[in-house]
Amino acid sequence: MHIHVLDQYRHADSPVHRLDPRVKLVAALAFILACALTPDGAWPAFAALAMLWLAVTLMADVSLSLLLRRGLIALPFLLAAVTVLFSIPGNALITIPLPFTSHTLVITDNGVIRFFTIMLKSWLSVLMALLLSATTTFPDIMRGLRGIGIPSVLVGVLAFMYRYIFVLADEVLRLMRAREARMAAGPPGQKSGGSILWRARIVGGMVGSLFVRSLDRSDRVYNAMVSRGYTGEIIWPDKPALHFSDMAWPIAFVVVLVVIELWARLL
Amino acid sequence: MLFSEFQAPFAAPEAMHIPDGFLSAPVAIAMWIITGVFVVLAVRRASREFDERMVPLMGVLAAFIFAAQAFNFPVAGGTSGHFLGGALAAILLGPWAGLLIMTAVIGLQALVFQDGGLLAMGANIFTMGIVTVWVGYFVYQGLTRFNRYVAAFLAGWLSVFMASVVASFLLALSGTASLSVVLAAMATVHAFIGVGEGLITAGAVALVAAALPEMFGRQVSGRRTDRGTFIAGGVILALVVGVMAVFFASPSPDGLERVAEDKGFLSAAQGPLYQLAPDYVAPGVSNETLAAVLAVVLGTLLLFAVGYGIARALQRRSRRLAEAPVVSTESPQQAR
Repeated sequence: MHIHVLDQYRHADSPVHRLDPRVKLVAALAFILACALTPDGAWPAFAALAMLWLAVTLMADVSLSLLLRRGLIALPFLLAAVTVLFSIPGNALITIPLPFTSHTLVITDNGVIRFFTIMLKSWLSVLMALLLSATTTFPDIMRGLRGIGIPSVLVGVLAFMYRYIFVLADEVLRLMRAREARMAAGPPGQKSGGSILWRARIVGGMVGSLFVRSLDRSDRVYNAMVSRGYTGEIIWPDKPALHFSDMAWPIAFVVVLVVIELWARLL
Repeated sequence: MLFSEFQAPFAAPEAMHIPDGFLSAPVAIAMWIITGVFVVLAVRRASREFDERMVPLMGVLAAFIFAAQAFNFPVAGGTSGHFLGGALAAILLGPWAGLLIMTAVIGLQALVFQDGGLLAMGANIFTMGIVTVWVGYFVYQGLTRFNRYVAAFLAGWLSVFMASVVASFLLALSGTASLSVVLAAMATVHAFIGVGEGLITAGAVALVAAALPEMFGRQVSGRRTDRGTFIAGGVILALVVGVMAVFFASPSPDGLERVAEDKGFLSAAQGPLYQLAPDYVAPGVSNETLAAVLAVVLGTLLLFAVGYGIARALQRRSRRLAEAPVVSTESPQQAR
């Protein structure tokens, strides 16, 4: 597996790609916070937030359809929010008779408003997170995290993790291939393999041997680092100074967010 | 190898990665602050314990947990056993290192895969990185002297179960779900998912104990739990109970129950949904939500007691077996 499979749509060049990663991280978080703070049923405010996202996305020269499609990733979680349809007190909209009983479930107007608000908040937040990762290379995200004060060792751990995910993913695939090769599958529909306990033992053993291999690998990585002069200090490139040109657009972005939030409260 | 082929297991809806939009801003920010304190403490303690080895060790092991989450195995009915890894990380490396590893895993999932939100990341690290790790650690440490594998199974199972309970409370606290429904649903689903977690954790512990006995003896069985870990455990317990207490403090019952009362639905609702703890209303407790909270706490303690009993019984049996001559050390797959 190659590390660039993830980075495939990040190499475009646009004003958004060129922004300082620190600024981008903070702006994206501000957008998501603004989504969370928007009151229930403030549809014009959500429309404004969506327009803001669309404007930045168009400026960023990334595939709109790809982002919109991947934006559906949080959709299954909406199942948890279905309950608010019935649980928020309000005027009855639809009454569903429960089968075999004389009782009914009542969908309230306020419940519907809350449900669609949660859906919009979640969708817009995911879209913004996608835009951030689509326009920022992974090393830039790490530099941004470092820049906003995340401890250097923690960012180092994240960076190492990203590097070795691909190595260990290959290791997982090898383990799975070995398992397939040693297991004769019966005809379709017939049970293959042993009891659940037996299967758990096999999978647990695979996880355990992946751990042992990972531990060995981290030792080799550490020794290789020491032999190249590692002293325990992770050295990050100097943070470039933030110029006004880096800040102008994001400041405008945050000002627009504040205006939208104030407007949403006055609606 | 296409990435999508490998990504497929991660794409399965992980009910516990809360996306953005589902937590209210105050809840999300409060969880970020609490999680931030824990992570800073963990960075400090792990740096002391592993010094300059820390970054490569934790980085590769975080990648290990991430990759291990791709393993699944078929359980009955078309569902498959999942693996979260918090309990295993805590058993093998201790709670502080486990917390750091889970933080890296959850952070990367949110930053790169949009699995779990950015604003909700504090809450996600709390449920999947702090609750799972401390529950897993203390259950394993408490029971391992009786039977290592039962201890590892219960550590895995209870860690996932408790994480889902805490996640339900956070969702209800944010007003995005009705507590009684989401708690019943999440707890039931994760009581099943947790079986997979427990089995894989026990299997992995068995292999590591066989492959690296010296590391296992030093790192795990011989580890003395220090005061900081106990205090952190107490703080987590207090926080979880505190979150639950918020519901008990609110004078009005849960929204769904109110509607149910209005519509005469309550009698119907007291069917299967409430039979998890049949008529759990303790004497002097009028608030139904508080009663539900108590039921969860008592249920957890009860399950722990049952697990403790099983582990002790197995210990007695294995001691008897140890005195008998060893018949076979062959593992089932070799026997085939």
